[in-house]
Amino acid sequence: MYRFIPPKIAQKIMTGVFWASGLLTILILLVIIGYVLLKGLPVVNFEFIFADPVNSGRSGGIFPFIMSSIYVTLIAVLVATPLGVGAAVYLSEYAGENRLVKLIRFGAETLSSIPSIVFGLFGLAFFVIYMGLGWSVLSGGLTLALMALPTILSASEVSIESINKSYAEGSLALGATKWQTIYKVVIPAALPGITTGVILGMGRAIAEAAAVLYTVGAALMIPTSIMDAARPLPLHLYILATEGLSMDNAWGTAAVLVIMILIITVVTNTLVDRYRKKMMGR
Amino acid sequence: MDLKYGVGLLVILIIIIAVLTFGTGSNYDRIEIAGSTSVQPVAEKLAEKYMEEHPNVRVDVMGGGSGLGIRSVSQDIIAIGTSSKALKTSEKDGLIEYPIGREGIVVAVNTNNPVNSLSKNQLKDIFSGNITNWNEVGGLDGRINLVIREDGSGTRSAFEDLVMNKTKVKSDAIVQTSTESIKVAVKQDPNAIGYISLAHMTPDVKALKIDGVSPSIETIKDGTYKLQRPFLFVTNGEPKGPVKEFIDWCLGPEGQEIVKNEKIVPET
Amino acid sequence: MSKWNEEFFIEKGLLLTAISSVIVIALIIIFIFREGLPALQSVGFFSFLFGMEWAPSNGQYGIFPMIIGSLGITALSLLMAVPLGVFCAIFLSEIAPSKIRKILNPTIQTLAGIPSVVYGFFGLVLLVPFMRVQFGGTGFSMFTASVILTVMILPIIVSVSEDALRSIPVEYKEASLALGATHWQTIKNVIFPAAIPGIITSVILGMGRAIGETLAIIMVAGNVVQIPGSIMDPVRALTSNIAIEMGYATGVHYNALFATGIVLVFMIIVLLVIANYFHYKKKVTIGGGYL
Repeated sequence: MYRFIPPKIAQKIMTGVFWASGLLTILILLVIIGYVLLKGLPVVNFEFIFADPVNSGRSGGIFPFIMSSIYVTLIAVLVATPLGVGAAVYLSEYAGENRLVKLIRFGAETLSSIPSIVFGLFGLAFFVIYMGLGWSVLSGGLTLALMALPTILSASEVSIESINKSYAEGSLALGATKWQTIYKVVIPAALPGITTGVILGMGRAIAEAAAVLYTVGAALMIPTSIMDAARPLPLHLYILATEGLSMDNAWGTAAVLVIMILIITVVTNTLVDRYRKKMMGR
Repeated sequence: MDLKYGVGLLVILIIIIAVLTFGTGSNYDRIEIAGSTSVQPVAEKLAEKYMEEHPNVRVDVMGGGSGLGIRSVSQDIIAIGTSSKALKTSEKDGLIEYPIGREGIVVAVNTNNPVNSLSKNQLKDIFSGNITNWNEVGGLDGRINLVIREDGSGTRSAFEDLVMNKTKVKSDAIVQTSTESIKVAVKQDPNAIGYISLAHMTPDVKALKIDGVSPSIETIKDGTYKLQRPFLFVTNGEPKGPVKEFIDWCLGPEGQEIVKNEKIVPET
Repeated sequence: MSKWNEEFFIEKGLLLTAISSVIVIALIIIFIFREGLPALQSVGFFSFLFGMEWAPSNGQYGIFPMIIGSLGITALSLLMAVPLGVFCAIFLSEIAPSKIRKILNPTIQTLAGIPSVVYGFFGLVLLVPFMRVQFGGTGFSMFTASVILTVMILPIIVSVSEDALRSIPVEYKEASLALGATHWQTIKNVIFPAAIPGIITSVILGMGRAIGETLAIIMVAGNVVQIPGSIMDPVRALTSNIAIEMGYATGVHYNALFATGIVLVFMIIVLLVIANYFHYKKKVTIGGGYL
């Protein structure tokens, strides 16, 4: 029976099992990314990135879609950052543990786990139709802002709370008001953590397709105003793949997306590393 | 250090957004068109030419399907919806239709399929599941695989109105969401049959004669090829300003010339 | 303006930003209900939830097959992702040399950020034809969808479980090893039990993502509204239903898709409440000295 396997042998067997499952997981994930890059990178060149699409995206480049992605993501981050950071400051510096705070936390938590297609439904009903913004960079960006908000909030809150309390106490003791302390001491100290949160929120916004499906339209031209319709990269990939327009361009678009996410992760990790070292140093 | 980076980044972001919002681009009229993927190619050509002549107008052409076009124009999300089928009375409600041309639906099979012609009744029996083997209509022995469009597609709706006459399409038909993907499915499967629009017809699939008439611009024009449907621009109420100018231009001689070049029969 | 006044306005201003997420949630719920309730009223709550037929052109709106579809895909993917993910987390936190860990952690993070449409596209182009050849049929199936979902939720399960395993006080482990237990016995009897609440949280997070996933599933699940007879049958998920039909739906059909959204939000809130329960329990077990 199982329990009579000598412990030393069980130890060896299980170590093997753990190595196997660890490596298997990594292998599965790397094979997918590797394959996407392998198929996609040969398509990606200067022309592909900076040219306009031809014939509804069957050939030509993806420049308008890259710009669309950048624009909706910027709007999302610009709207969500003040809200998220403000909320984090309030929760960690002003609020006690009361009903309202519990409600706010539950709200943020719910917001972070609502399916993206439901955000899309809401964006369509609220921004596109009720507010009359139509299919536009603005409607899509605002919808994505709601999705990025909880990510930015929780990362900022963790980062503000991890700041040494003596900083703030020192500042207050010197006669600074609470807001001066927050503005001049707490936020600068927490900035790397907040930046990490913003970048994570950005990553979420830039990868999203379902929430923009019925909020930004699917325009083929570069948006030149926030009221223009647009087509972010993930949506372009979805349209190319499901309408069977061009598999080559779909692989290329997928590769560009993967590279964008890679860059975002590397930047986040560098920031976190520097932040950690700084905190340790003190 | 970090604070400087953060502030710098923020300033750059704000400048980009400001340029985006108040930049030169915002002084133009915007016309958003969405709907039928069959109408999309010709609408894109029309928009391209129109913008060359009217640089102060931006015309965005999007797909999504006839159903999306009709729904979105009635919700005032877009200025012009496009449809590749006649509107049902329940859909009309305040909408105005502008026919820009007529187009044929081609019944396509694999190039290796020996069948060349079907009658409209055979077609109905095939799609409803009464005929399930190619040898019943003069072909080789083989199960007929149906490839149809998604619910909400104008091509599907027009095909069902023209051919099926309220009979239900067999429920196990494979559903594809665009003309292109139907062509791919038919090209790969020697036993497949599907429908596409004439403008998308290419030699890698075979067009069947229907009741002995093969689809072409001439047979659609003289009405002998029966599977034809209108291409419509749809507006919510009487169009005004730039939208009206654009539609007038499309229906005028310049627009209709472009329509003709896209294998679509001008309405006039 | 006096200092006191300024402080007062700043505090209220910050409070306003803090409430924004509650306002957003309230708005979402109000608007989804506003658009969805007419469908529930005209179809009837029970015949909407438990109806077997979804045929908008005939006025039939039953989402039961899609509830089964969503739950089926999710359960299958958890069945594959949880054992693999938890083992991988134990590997990373307990066994892997720190050099490997330093490379693998960022990799897993990156993978969690890869857009779901990329995974869906990969599934559509490679997995679907593979399934068609191996198992027959069209290749679009509940199983295909759950394989893709497994890959998508693995990074979440691995990283959250790893955090949980890592947060176990090192004294627990040292005490067990000092008593002569092998490393495996320590993992099995000490570390893993202490980390269970955190691991359950990771599973629930993965479940939430699986239920909410939309476009990747559309690309590989086949989207036929039916209760699957086997895992190789095509199915449609609740999320897919909204994304596929939202484009052209009008009238009651339009409302019914929002009502589908209500059902989804409700499912997610239930999951959250369960997750919070385990979170609370976690504090108790660790603080109160589980061992």
